[in-house]
Amino acid sequence: MPSLKDIKKRIGSVKNTQQITKAMKMVAAAKLRRAQEAAVSARPYAEKLQAVLSNLAKREEADAHPLLSQRGTGRALVVLMTADRGLCGGFNGNVSKAAERFIRANEQGFDEIDLMIIGRKGRDFLKSRLGDKIIKVYENITADANYKTAALIGQEIVNNYTNEKYDAVYVVYNAFQSAIVQNVTLEQVLPIQPAEAVAADESVIDYLYEPNRGQVLAEILPKMVEVQIFRALVESNASEQGARMSSMDSASRNASEMIGKLTLQYNRARQAAITKELMEIISGSESIK
Amino acid sequence: MAEKLKLEMVTPYKRLLSEEVDELTAPGFVGELGILPGHTPLLTTLKVGELSYKKDSEQFHVAVNWGYLEVEGDTVTVLVDTAEKSDEIDLARARAAMDRAEDALKALPQEDKKYRIMEAALQRALIRIQVAGKKG
Repeated sequence: MPSLKDIKKRIGSVKNTQQITKAMKMVAAAKLRRAQEAAVSARPYAEKLQAVLSNLAKREEADAHPLLSQRGTGRALVVLMTADRGLCGGFNGNVSKAAERFIRANEQGFDEIDLMIIGRKGRDFLKSRLGDKIIKVYENITADANYKTAALIGQEIVNNYTNEKYDAVYVVYNAFQSAIVQNVTLEQVLPIQPAEAVAADESVIDYLYEPNRGQVLAEILPKMVEVQIFRALVESNASEQGARMSSMDSASRNASEMIGKLTLQYNRARQAAITKELMEIISGSESIK
Repeated sequence: MAEKLKLEMVTPYKRLLSEEVDELTAPGFVGELGILPGHTPLLTTLKVGELSYKKDSEQFHVAVNWGYLEVEGDTVTVLVDTAEKSDEIDLARARAAMDRAEDALKALPQEDKKYRIMEAALQRALIRIQVAGKKG
């Protein structure tokens, strides 16, 4: 049985921890609001671009542009988006595991699979398991994800693809659904797969193209990759804040539960000590009589 | 034929505009183009330039930087990397950017890769200043 002093010490340390988790929860909640706004406002752009693209692709041959053509199964690149910091529940673990699962499942299908990681935690997680596949790690870009960094990564991916270094590119990230729910999502980025053409062709509009169809397509397709990366980045960031908020919330709650239990134990121990002392006094005075 | 066009302008960061307008002029790839209600479906790339639209006999100006314009029915969708309304432009910053770009252009040889980048930066700054000069 721990002494009174020990219990008191425990309570103090749990209280300290609770303060930290509470503060982290608050910070995450504030960040979440901003990140969520960014994620939501990035959606219309991506959706519009997707709509334009699928409209275009309906009237294009599948191999009208290198980014559209299926090149088979040589080398693949998986882009994994994680956070730079931990303490956010299963956020990093889940998405990293999903990437690992995907790579293991498709190892036979492709000659080689490379892994590009965004965020330090993903690297830490996979270093020992898939260390030889990791070709590049970006750190400290998720927190203030802007379009420029996303565009640079997108361009790098497109360049590697057009140089035929890779024949397929996938991205794995946490899609933001709500503050408590994140969905691990795997998307194929390249070759670009336009949304399924609608069977009824009434939705197909004959556009006038300026300067011409090919050139419009050639400009819009690399853009699509950039936008997809950007979107994944902001969604992942929002998810991270959401995950951190909810995990810190439950940590704070666990802490107060623990404090309750320890306080009870402390009071019991105190009571027992008092009773014992009383008994000693009484039995002492009895023996004098 | 509808009398108005629905103009939607979207950047990766936000939906900038969603308004009913009477007409608009955009910096298309092959040249300036004006769009009135009832325009035929069109898809064009945009250059760095000034997009202006008229709404209730009032003229608005927006500096845009590289994007697309799609006309479909009476809806005009503009997807751009950046867009700034004339009253949102920070003139001092634009001027500073212009000076910077001009200095860099003087110093750099024309073959340098950076020359093209700075040229584009100068163009953007010029457009911003030009748009900011007009009343929003």
